[in-house]
Amino acid sequence: MEFFRFRQAIPFMRHARLFNIISLITFLIAVVSLSTKGLNLGVDFTGGTVMEVSYQQPAELDRIRDTLGKLGFSEASVQNFGTSRDVLIRLPVKEGLTSAKLSEQVLAELRKGGTPVELRRVEFVGPQVGKELFESGALALLFVCLGIVAYLALRFEWKFGVAAIIANLHDVVIIVGFFSLFQWEFSLPVLAAVLAILGYSVNESVVVFDRVRECFRSRQFRGAAVPDVLNAAITQTISRTIMTHGSTQLMVCAMLIFGGETLYYFALALTIGICFGIYSSVLVASPIVMYLGVSREDLVKIDKKPDNESGAVV
Amino acid sequence: MNRYPLWKYLIVLVTLVAGFLYTLPNFYGEVPAIQVSPLRSNLKADQALLGRIEETLKAASLNAEGIALDETSVKARFPSTDEQLKARDAVQKALGEDYVVALNLLSRSPAWLTSIGALPMYLGLDLRGGVHFLMQVDMKSALSKKVEAYTNDIRGSLREQRIQYSGISREGQQIRIRFRDTATREKALIHISKSVPDLELKTVEGSGEYQLTGILRIEAQRRTQEFAIQQNITTLRNRVNELGVAEPIIQQQGADRVVVQLPGVQDTAKAKDILGRTATLEVRMVDDENMGVDFQQRVKSGQLPFGTELYYERNGQPVLVKRQVVLTGERINDAQPGFDSTNGEPAVHITLDGAGARIFQQVTRENVGKRMAILLFERGKGEVVTAPVIRQEIGGGRVQISGRMTTQEARDVSLLLRAGALAAPMDIVEERTVGPSLGADNIRVGFQSTWIGFAAIAVLMVAYYTLVGVFSVLALAANLLFLIALLSMLQATLTLPGMAGIALTIGMAIDANVLINERIREELRNGVTPHAAIFAGYDRAWGTILDSNITTLIAGLALFAFGSGPVKGFAVVLCLGILTSIFSAVVVSRAMMNLYYGGRRKLDRIAIG
Repeated sequence: MEFFRFRQAIPFMRHARLFNIISLITFLIAVVSLSTKGLNLGVDFTGGTVMEVSYQQPAELDRIRDTLGKLGFSEASVQNFGTSRDVLIRLPVKEGLTSAKLSEQVLAELRKGGTPVELRRVEFVGPQVGKELFESGALALLFVCLGIVAYLALRFEWKFGVAAIIANLHDVVIIVGFFSLFQWEFSLPVLAAVLAILGYSVNESVVVFDRVRECFRSRQFRGAAVPDVLNAAITQTISRTIMTHGSTQLMVCAMLIFGGETLYYFALALTIGICFGIYSSVLVASPIVMYLGVSREDLVKIDKKPDNESGAVV
Repeated sequence: MNRYPLWKYLIVLVTLVAGFLYTLPNFYGEVPAIQVSPLRSNLKADQALLGRIEETLKAASLNAEGIALDETSVKARFPSTDEQLKARDAVQKALGEDYVVALNLLSRSPAWLTSIGALPMYLGLDLRGGVHFLMQVDMKSALSKKVEAYTNDIRGSLREQRIQYSGISREGQQIRIRFRDTATREKALIHISKSVPDLELKTVEGSGEYQLTGILRIEAQRRTQEFAIQQNITTLRNRVNELGVAEPIIQQQGADRVVVQLPGVQDTAKAKDILGRTATLEVRMVDDENMGVDFQQRVKSGQLPFGTELYYERNGQPVLVKRQVVLTGERINDAQPGFDSTNGEPAVHITLDGAGARIFQQVTRENVGKRMAILLFERGKGEVVTAPVIRQEIGGGRVQISGRMTTQEARDVSLLLRAGALAAPMDIVEERTVGPSLGADNIRVGFQSTWIGFAAIAVLMVAYYTLVGVFSVLALAANLLFLIALLSMLQATLTLPGMAGIALTIGMAIDANVLINERIREELRNGVTPHAAIFAGYDRAWGTILDSNITTLIAGLALFAFGSGPVKGFAVVLCLGILTSIFSAVVVSRAMMNLYYGGRRKLDRIAIG
């Protein structure tokens, strides 16, 4: 079986402008959403208490809200989690009220009157710890970006490095933008997913660029225009791109569907990241390389050295 | 050209066998067990203890599947949790308070696996259920306490040396001593700088007064902080022992934080109560003379005699206590529940240190027949733990409190007394509790999604690349084997994010095989012979595989460096998975290709779809 056998190179670069406009619009939506709505940061970053409790009968959310209101948490968020019997309670940081003891008070209050309530999970993060987790998260993001730039600078010609970084930061902004736009909870696992995606989608760009470089160097494309070479390189790798990401996505889908609520947003971030990773490597990074004016000379120069050493003269 | 030398096949074989062996213990599951460890350092887990436990179990007609002795404890396995619970009660009763009998789960894997060091992965709290606390030590108050102690020392020694001062006080973390003239101040300065070298002294001219201020030197501050955190860790360890947790983790994190992980603890409220107790103890005299007829009225009106304070006992009984502190909790070395040797009543036995014993002897001699109160201060609120009558002079630092107590109360009081030994208060700044049912759900969910994802990938690969696809799937399975074996060998803690990391690594690891297979197809399309295509496919894909994995590795390392807790687990799995996937995708799959195709001289086609 072979799905992706193309006789002719697909003219991706002809539509480069269109893709760029799509990218730009998505990017702008993401940035606008991030700057106006911001992120719905999870308890890991803001501090506060999250409780997951399980009832034997479908839970009455209003009664739980009333109970919390009595304790001074009128702005607590109470929602069903997975099933109608499981409830997720989020208590924001409140001066003088937030402490590790709080979850017990709440549980005791919920159990009043003999209602059987099972405590499934408690996460309490002090405001100071939340701030630190946020800072170290931002630091990790910065470090990954720098590390990848440094690696690409060593490995490739600078034009490729710049293109890959722009493409992948565009991915990151768009994933985070999705979380902002739909106000999905941005937690530590989601941050881990974003960082993993950053590495993963750079790897996609690297594979495409490896092939671009190879095409530039091969005899077959001597004298061909730059867009044609790019088109040919992308077409040659398209089968691998689809298969690899298809496989990864299968695994991520399994997590998305069977992974339960805990892994849901983690898998969701990965899904968005994989889709945009393909898109950006093929349709964002390559045009940028083209705009930056990549030419055969940029790459063939490097190639001359081994030729001379081997003594072969053509 | 597609043949491996024998040693390469052997390496692949050996790694696969090793991978299989070290993965194996994870599939045996766990048996309920009890773990008995001595609470005090002068008691040891030895053959004698083993024998006692065996006898106890036999007497209770409980059949242990096996009893083993290790460095710190004796572990006994049971066929069911029911017998495990019965055994715990029986053994605890037989051994008494000197030993902790904790419930535990032990691996069911056979002894020969354990003997080659093949142990199952350790399950994280989110998978087995339990509590994780991050506690912050209040260093400011540790320093204040130290300065306060120095203030008292200086007061005493100046008096001893007959150096006249008009006042001495602690202001925050600074000591201020006032003198009437410069000559005395000079004398005091020389004396203090010799007797308390930790203080940095400065002379200050006040309004008509001559003052001396002292602050702790930087090294002394650092020493105090280190001591405070060590002392707190020791105290926490003791308290955790009281809880009877099988495998607790108590570690310092950073300069002023302590991580406490208690797997399998279900009563989190009690755990938090005992750990979070930031108590200080004080022994003071009860003002019995003013607790007469009009006492109730005084309590109501709030008009208390000079130099007294009002505290309440646990049952709500008010007690009038003098302000002057006889002893603080620091002087208490140990407190154990037990029984009065004369009448067999439940009692609490307290051991004091040398200075404490001297003070106690003097105070008890002067106050026979009067009551003394032991006060516990938590977060600025005081409570009377017990207020016994002094029956006679008590020397030697061995104190017994008895009367009107149940066994449970004796145990509680002794626990409270020991709990008073924290060097500085601690706050819980992070808590993650996972109930046992959620933990079990998480394991199920993690396994399920990994297997379903793996199966889906396998179907896709075999459908698309046929036989070569089968090789790729086998290589992927080998990767999973290696990864789990490596994690088990490292005794890494498996968490839900770690499981997600395993799944994600599997999803990404197939990339290398896809790259290789696509290359082989391409070469075939270009009219290269099958053998040359296999060779060129592996050869040319290698550079790309390396490149693409290094970028992911960078992300993994950054996550490891900056991540915390669960994210760190994810990062470890991601990094290890990248390393194993390079080996399995390139070497293991090539070995299969070579084994299958390499021997044929005339190869017409490769079954690659």
